[in-house]
Amino acid sequence: MPRNRSARPAALGVSVRRVPSTQHTSRGASALRRRLIVGGLVLLALVLISLSFRSGTDGSLSGVQSAGATALRPFAVGVERVSQPFRDAYNWVDSLFSARSDAEQLRGEVEDLRQRAIQNEFALQENAYLRRLLNYRDGPRFPRDFRAEAAEVIARPAGAFTQAVVIAVGSDHGVRVNDSVLTPDGLVGLVTRVTPGTARVQLLTDQLLAVPAVDLRTQAPGIVRHARGTRETLVLDRVRKQEVVRVGDELVTAGWKAADFSSLYPKGIPIGEVTSVGQTDTDLYQQVQVTPYVDFGGLDAVIVLVPLDRPR
Amino acid sequence: MSVGASLRASGVVFAAAVFQAALFSSIVVHGGAPDVLLIVVISLGLLRGSVAGAVFGFAGGLVVDLLTLDTLGLTSLILTLAGFWAGRYAETTARGRRLPVLLAVGVMTVLASVAGLALHYMLGEDVVARQALLTALVPTLLLNLLLALPIHALVRAIVGERPGFEPAGEVELVV
Repeated sequence: MPRNRSARPAALGVSVRRVPSTQHTSRGASALRRRLIVGGLVLLALVLISLSFRSGTDGSLSGVQSAGATALRPFAVGVERVSQPFRDAYNWVDSLFSARSDAEQLRGEVEDLRQRAIQNEFALQENAYLRRLLNYRDGPRFPRDFRAEAAEVIARPAGAFTQAVVIAVGSDHGVRVNDSVLTPDGLVGLVTRVTPGTARVQLLTDQLLAVPAVDLRTQAPGIVRHARGTRETLVLDRVRKQEVVRVGDELVTAGWKAADFSSLYPKGIPIGEVTSVGQTDTDLYQQVQVTPYVDFGGLDAVIVLVPLDRPR
Repeated sequence: MSVGASLRASGVVFAAAVFQAALFSSIVVHGGAPDVLLIVVISLGLLRGSVAGAVFGFAGGLVVDLLTLDTLGLTSLILTLAGFWAGRYAETTARGRRLPVLLAVGVMTVLASVAGLALHYMLGEDVVARQALLTALVPTLLLNLLLALPIHALVRAIVGERPGFEPAGEVELVV
């Protein structure tokens, strides 16, 4: 039934009386007052929003707001201080709930950062090593008539019996079998197998490799090869007894050339340092032990010497 | 509304506004924070009528805007309408319903969030609708519903209910 309307339902046989008009008037006035108040408040809020928005941070209303905020600040500070223990308690409980996931996340981050630190350290070392390669290539000690093909070591010997590494340059880069391989420290070995993108380098410590060498100080000749029974020690073989070789002498490649033939190794590449010299009455040659300059266990990058006159 | 009830209601609203600005807004659970002031204003609207709801909503919003240095009138507008709507709801259709406060708080939480988003957007502020309506709204709604009954009971105990609260559309039958 509609509001405040009287009716007289005949079926029920009852009389329905209209609510007294005084109450109706009172309700109307109340509704009007209500609408006026709410409308006024909404209008006031809109005016405040407009003024606040238009005046910006240095307008007249901001001063009012600032004064109001200053007046209310003690209450806020009081509530803040009173509620601080409860806030701490809440944060503590909340941290308990999130502690496990946080720990997992942090553990992952630590692992990630550790990996990055290791990679950075490797990158730093590699950077220094490559810089040395670059300096060597551009320096006066680099052999003439050759260009340097820098290559990363991508595979290492699988066992103790294989003294070789695989490098990331091949025939596509002009590398051929029997090309010399070195580092700024000294001679590494010789290319023994080539594919278009990779090459296998037989290390100086391999038993099959022999390198003509001379004592840089005395020019005493000999052949550097792997010393049996050891892993990374070399010997200077075929040094006659009348030749003078002393401990501490530096050995370099001999690099001979005759007619159309030449040594596989260019002249003057450092090999190692003499660490012991001995001889017996029965032996024809001196026994000269050599420690190579190159750390064959820590090869990261090498230089392949490619003759300048070779087409790529 | 008597002077005593008005003073008590003012105290409740003021305390709720200060606590809301200083404490409850920082209690963030899964992206949402409880809106205690909204619940108090709705309670006052339900208990004391639409005019009281609107007036106290306006005042509480003003206190919050002053404390937070937000755009003045923004929270006032939303809480004015919320308190008024709650009061009208109580004056018209809430009678006889079970737990009207839960329905009022639930509806007004959603509407207040949407209205707040719209107002901020209209004022050219950076608002992220996804954050406001999806991430924060659900936890806020749940927290408000959780707090609605105890806060309503507290407000009722402090302020009391308006006597002779009559629903509109009454007819008198004379046999």
